[in-house]
Amino acid sequence: MEEPTKAIKEIHPDPSATSGVHPMENLLRMERMPHIWCPTCGIGLAVTAFTAALTKANIDTNKMSIVSGIGCTGRVAGYVKLDSFHTTHGRPIAFGTGIRVANPGIKVVVFSGDGDLIAIGGNHFIHAARRNIDMLVICVNNFIYAMTGGQVAPTTPLAAYATTSPYGCVEPPFNIPYIADSAGAVYVARWTTLHVRRLTNSITEALQKTGFSVVEVISPCGMYYSRINRLGDGLDMMRFYHDNVEIRNGEDTKNLDIGFQTKIICGKFVDRERPSYMERYNQWLSEVKGARGEG
Amino acid sequence: MKADPKGVLTGSHNLSGNQACAEGALAAGCRFLGLYPIMPALEVSERFLERAPRVGATFIQMEDEISALAAVLGASWTGKRSMTVTSGPGLSLMMEHLGLGVMLETPCVIIDIQSVGPGLGLPTRAAQGDIMQSRWGSHGDYEIVVFAPSSPQEMFDYVIKAFNLSERYRIPVAVMSDAYLARLQENVVIPPAEEIDIEPRRYFKGETDKYLPFKRDKDFVPPMVKIGDGYRFHVTGLTHDDRGYPIMNEECQEYNVHPLVKKIRDYTDEIIEVQETGIDDAEVVIISYGTTARAALKAMEQARSAGIKVGSLKLATVWPFPEKRIFELAKKVKAFIVPEMNFGQLVFEVERCSIGKANVLFISHGEKGVENIDDILSAIRQTQQMNEVKKCIIELKKGV
Repeated sequence: MEEPTKAIKEIHPDPSATSGVHPMENLLRMERMPHIWCPTCGIGLAVTAFTAALTKANIDTNKMSIVSGIGCTGRVAGYVKLDSFHTTHGRPIAFGTGIRVANPGIKVVVFSGDGDLIAIGGNHFIHAARRNIDMLVICVNNFIYAMTGGQVAPTTPLAAYATTSPYGCVEPPFNIPYIADSAGAVYVARWTTLHVRRLTNSITEALQKTGFSVVEVISPCGMYYSRINRLGDGLDMMRFYHDNVEIRNGEDTKNLDIGFQTKIICGKFVDRERPSYMERYNQWLSEVKGARGEG
Repeated sequence: MKADPKGVLTGSHNLSGNQACAEGALAAGCRFLGLYPIMPALEVSERFLERAPRVGATFIQMEDEISALAAVLGASWTGKRSMTVTSGPGLSLMMEHLGLGVMLETPCVIIDIQSVGPGLGLPTRAAQGDIMQSRWGSHGDYEIVVFAPSSPQEMFDYVIKAFNLSERYRIPVAVMSDAYLARLQENVVIPPAEEIDIEPRRYFKGETDKYLPFKRDKDFVPPMVKIGDGYRFHVTGLTHDDRGYPIMNEECQEYNVHPLVKKIRDYTDEIIEVQETGIDDAEVVIISYGTTARAALKAMEQARSAGIKVGSLKLATVWPFPEKRIFELAKKVKAFIVPEMNFGQLVFEVERCSIGKANVLFISHGEKGVENIDDILSAIRQTQQMNEVKKCIIELKKGV
């Protein structure tokens, strides 16, 4: 592990970081602070990594839109100062698809949770990956439905407790990078909220990609997941990440299952090129227009 | 504002209801179609897609009707006039985003080519079974505008009006056709672009840091901005204030949702459109909408030639319901006859507005479809023998 101050300096190169002004003030809706997230929640760190990546990626934030669904992470769109939409449960990818196809000049970021994107929104997730819609999906995975009080999610590890799995989860969880990879995403990475610098770098890279990019962020839920499962508080979860995360860039996404309190493999797994939906669409359009003599 | 000539196929054409629908949308400036295939609505999309490259419209076929309308809402916020096309089962799935469209006050148009339900029903047969769903289908309180055309020409005209009203009031507007009108071919006259009025979207023109997404003008309608214009706005489907930020209390619920209702209820006189024929001296009035209006008008003509004073009130807009007009008529006429291709939906509205002052006779055109005008005629004859007002809807048996 690096010296923490070094990591912080890298994320916040702005000297005002120490002057009392929030270094990301231009990208956050400061009038909405304090946010609703519980102490020790990891979503704030994911947002920090995202805003830092926006600064690093040097892209026109006026031509960006962020879309969230429902849940704890669904509130992110409300705190980020971009054209932001807080939409229905599971549908931010579909909403963002409409934005991107109607105006290909807009960079769309979908920021939502595992329940939102992989359970109720699972169909939209795989189809957007298949189409290779130009969109960055940041999926915060806290292994549980936290907004509603700790229900079992499609990412809850086997045997973990939740209010709706009182005898331990009997369903095998989804491996999010594997779904994204097999459905056709061009960029897939996974980090925990402990790896803020690496996460920031991944989001920065993914923002530059053309096509469907997925960054999974493993995040502690100190209020529900770790409390129900007696895993300590958020700091204990961070310690757990510190001791149990193995970084394996380029690892086959098949091998990324997460068990209950088992090793978590992080890294950048997929980085490839595939024609995006709009590239194919425009090619088709020019061919049709050429054939019809409409130039 | 006048229509963009690129989308207007000026001239006289022989078009089906579905083709006229696509032409109406393109003429109205619709430049985004989010679709999911369903019969009998598909010809609308096919016509739209065929014309899209020339007109400069984009489209995407989504993975289901839920995402089709979600994509339409997203597209609308980029400034493009957007629509989706579906039939009953798809409309059921779209109810989620109809509600979101209402809450985000997003202009868009939903075309519903009704087929027989419930469940999977008869996907290729005509019905008017989605009329109540179009009004009340999504949860919570809202008002909506719904058109019910009865010919390909009306389809063309009302789709343009639907787009205009959706922009004027910032609401989703539905156009309810059916499987019969979908395939019915008639002459459709498409006027030159400069004769088609287009309601432009009301944009906020102030400084980027001064924009409040839900700060309402006097008519309760807030001006919009586009994604990418630098306003960095936020909108949420939760109960929200002028800034578009969620506020979780009853005062804000009242502040937020009451105007959604008032912006339509206070302007019903501008929105409601009915076509009255032979009402002045009528003793009996047939109230109809959509394709059943075709049978209603024929039945009226035949009854008139037999010397019975029958009028027709054809609802071009089903919602908001023309309650004032029907209340007035109820005081003058003996009876209302309501033919519908369902087992009774809008007839309950007619009953509500007649408040026991006129008899309400319901004719279900469930299986025989629109061609059968004999049932309407026998209902008209039956009203001639009625001397008192019954307290409930009189449902007529077949072949009375």
